[in-house]
Parts: sequence; C-alpha cells; structure tokens
Amino acid sequence: MSRSMAAANDGRIVIVGASLAGLRAAEALRLEGFTGSLTLIGDELYPPYDRPPLSKTVLSGWLPVEHTTLPRFVDIDAEWRLGVPATGLDLGGRRVRLADGQEVEFDRLLITTGTRARQWPNADEAALDGVFTVRTRDDAARLRERLAAAPARVLIVGGGFIGSEVASVCRELGLPVTLIERSGVPLDNALGATAGGAAARMQRHYGVDLRTGVTVMAMEGDGRLRRAHLSDGDVLDVDVAVVALGAVRNTEWLRGAGLAADARGVVCDASCRVFSAEGVVLDDVFVAGDVARWPHPLFEGQLIAVEHWDNAVNQAAVAAHNMVRPPSERRAHKALPAFWSNQFGLNIKSVGLPSIADELVVTQGSPPELRFVAVYGGAGRIVAAVAVNAPLWLDYYQALIAARAPFPPPFDAADAPVEPIIRPAGFPPRGHATHSPTAVATGPGPTSPVPLEQPQLRPAAPTVAELQDPRVPPRPHPL
Amino acid sequence: MRILVDLIRCQSYGQCIYAAPSVFRFNGEQSLEFDYAPDDALRDQVERAVAACPVQAIRIGLPDATPTEERRADARGKA
Repeated sequence: MSRSMAAANDGRIVIVGASLAGLRAAEALRLEGFTGSLTLIGDELYPPYDRPPLSKTVLSGWLPVEHTTLPRFVDIDAEWRLGVPATGLDLGGRRVRLADGQEVEFDRLLITTGTRARQWPNADEAALDGVFTVRTRDDAARLRERLAAAPARVLIVGGGFIGSEVASVCRELGLPVTLIERSGVPLDNALGATAGGAAARMQRHYGVDLRTGVTVMAMEGDGRLRRAHLSDGDVLDVDVAVVALGAVRNTEWLRGAGLAADARGVVCDASCRVFSAEGVVLDDVFVAGDVARWPHPLFEGQLIAVEHWDNAVNQAAVAAHNMVRPPSERRAHKALPAFWSNQFGLNIKSVGLPSIADELVVTQGSPPELRFVAVYGGAGRIVAAVAVNAPLWLDYYQALIAARAPFPPPFDAADAPVEPIIRPAGFPPRGHATHSPTAVATGPGPTSPVPLEQPQLRPAAPTVAELQDPRVPPRPHPL
Repeated sequence: MRILVDLIRCQSYGQCIYAAPSVFRFNGEQSLEFDYAPDDALRDQVERAVAACPVQAIRIGLPDATPTEERRADARGKA
C-alpha cells in the first residue's frame, strides 16, 4: 500500500467554512473512518446554524434565533477556529492564513466558504439604520427586532426567494410591504415568467404592493432610512429596507492562490477535487456547497453552481468520502439540484435545473386551485419539475429527469389536465432580474479564471456587467 | 434537545404535528415549520414524531454536548 493510501485516514484535514456543508463534511469524514486531526475555520462566532428559517420562522418571531443551531449527529472531535475568517491560502506551503495572522497547516483541505449577501451598491445608503440583508443569524435577529416594532412600511429590493419569503412574513405580521423587482415578475430567475406570474398574483392577493419593471435608484435618510426613490419617479416613505439581491461567492481569500476560483465559484471535478488555475486536478484540495462549480452528468457542457441546502449536504458527503478513499472508490457528485420554499402559505418544491428550460407544462393538478406540478423541458427532455402544495409527487419526476426522459412527459395521472398546454418557461436574459438565481449553469470549464476585479457571469454579454448594478432601470426586452 | 427535519425529503404528511404539536406545525396547508431546539420535556413526543414520519425525515441530534470552544464562541457572540 502506498504511503498516501496508508495516510488516508490520518493526517491533518482543514475545513474552511464552518456552516452546513463544513459541519456535514466533518461528520462524514469521521463516519468514513478518518482518525486524524480535523480543524474547522469559520468567519462567524456561532457554531453552525441552519439558514432556511432565518427568512421565515425567525423573522415571524415563532423560532428564537438561538434555536437555529444545527444538531450534531456524530462526535466530530474537531478544533474550532470561529470568528476568524481565512484570508489566504499558501498551496505550496500547505497553510491557510487567518485574519488574526495565525496560520493553520493541512495535509488535505476542504473549501466550504459558501456565499454572503450581495450588498446595496451605495455604501453610504447601505449603512443607513433600517437597511438590512438576510444571510446570517445576526442579520435575522436585527431584522426581526425591527419588524416586531411595527414599521410603517417595509421595502424589499429584489423578488427572488429571500425577497418573496420576507414579503410573506411581513404580510403574516400585518406589515405594509412594497417589493421592487426589475424583471416582470418575482421569482423570474428561479422559475421563469410563467410560474413567476402565478407568484405575482399570489403576492398581490395577500396585499403585497408588488412593483415590477422598476428599480430603486437611491435610498435617503438622516442616519435612519426615510425614503426610497424609484426609477419611475415615485418616492416611497419607508423605515425598513430589505436588500435581497442574491448572493456573492466567498472566493476573495483564494485570490492568487493558484486555484481555478473566481466570482463564479471554485471549479472542481465531479469528485469535488479542485482544479488548479492551470487546469490540473488537485488530489488534496476539495470543495463543496454554495461556492463550488462542477460538471453535472445531466447538464453536460456546463459547470453548475447551486446554492441549495440539499446540495451543501450531499456534496459535503461526497467530498468527505473522496477525501479519504482510494481513487478507485471515488464517487461522483450527481444528486439532482433540489430546493424548497415556503411563502404565502404555499409549499414550493423543485427538482432539476429549471433555469435551463425553454418550456413548461402543467402535468398534474391546477394552478388556480394552488396545487399543481409544472414540468420544465429543455432541448426535448425533462430538465426540472416544480410542485406547488404537491410535494409527494416530486419523486416520480425526479426519476424522469435522471432518466433523461423526453419532454413533454406522458399525461397519465388521474389529475392530469384535460388539455395540457405547453407554454414558454420564460426565463429572463441573464442579469435582467434584480435577484440572482440560486441554481445556475455557469459556462464550460475548467477555464482560466476571470479576474475577481471584473466579476462577470458571461463576459460576452455586454449588458450583464451593467445590469449587475440593481439600480439600472429596466429597458426593452433584449430578446 | 436539537432536531432537524430534512425538508427536501419531507412530503408534508403531517404525522409529526399530531405527535408533537408544539414542535411541528403547518403554515398553510403543506408548509412544515419546526422548532430546532424543543424542550427536553418534549422528548417522548418528538420520538413519537420521528417514528411516525412516513419518509423518515426527522432526526434527533446527539445530546447537547456542545464542545467548550463553541460555547465560548456562543458567549462571545451574545456579548
């Protein structure tokens, strides 16, 4: 047996990023038999907590924020370095540099640094008292306190899942709320215009002042937020603004480290091994969770990046397995992307990658009755399914997606529509919606990294960089 | 005690809500919400919920033996 094989369950593993993916990877490493030293480095002071309730039950006041700490299923016997972000990686020297000047040595490294909330682009306005993002435990605790004080009106900038969920909680609390989205409908990037149209009707039904096709140009205040100026000339009196523009990947600390990492994420192969900037697969550096970009067998030709809870858990388990097993036992991370959202009393679940679809069809149930399944098709096959208040039907569609079944699927369910109507899925051009997508095809790879100074999703599209500024007003549809 | 519901696996059968109504609830018809840290006095109820879940989506964490380092970090965070 080679030296590296003998050492597979020994040595020093360092995990940078102490949230869901990092914790689950640490547990999986111990379950796989790793007996060496394990260090978790996290920029927040808290032990790993769960983020999905932060925009829902924590904001509504039902769940105390300190209850969100994640349970442990394995004694991971790790050293924790919490509250100290990693600031650099010395690949040759096998060291992670920390913000406090210390260094942590490793034999194998797992990167799970995830994402952070995209901030309002004007720093002075973002610093106004009353302007919030929702990503961390502290964010949610502060926003909860402000919502409990019954503000006169809450402004939400961005109609993605976080923005829509916060709008739902505000209405649950009886608070007046205005949601601003540059696209024509909320959830445009996640579900497309057809499904987003249903979300728009739902929001308006529950009393959300939904304004689409406009942007917030400026926020104004005297230390405290007072007003927001919209691109259509309207001025809103608001005392709370929730900036829900999506997430930014935490890759800055890897600048110059020699990895294929940029604003789109850290590139890895299907086994979660990270590529060097020169395109060499590294056997001792792995990545998992929101910050990873990897090739999925069902979405060939594209690296995908997925900011879902389920992906963090599954990819962490695959990475941990591959970190301690011999090469012939490595597994590919090929679980289908899947997510859920609760808003306006609706349970929305998705499997697959809706954003690469061209068309969709309702195969079961009925949208007006708020219980249905929509199946998304791209290039003639089923690429995703979205269930609204119908979670127990998704397993069937998951199997069809995995089998690359043709689109449209058979309409043989007892509750299938009499005359199925295939509609355009209606995804906006990239960068058009104010909110960023949570699961996305990010182009082919491995590639030479785009410089971090110029984060661009598709460098060829001239409108994208401009539209990444959420203040840029909508223009005529470019397609 | 600390628990976790895998809400990807959950299919909203609602059996947990019957077993432990102060820990699990529906918001609307199908949207399950749960308390990650129920009081230890509710352990019997939560264990019944775990057993009743048709898709085995509920897990109970190890006894709250939070490592010292994390307790210190938690205290710093609250300060």
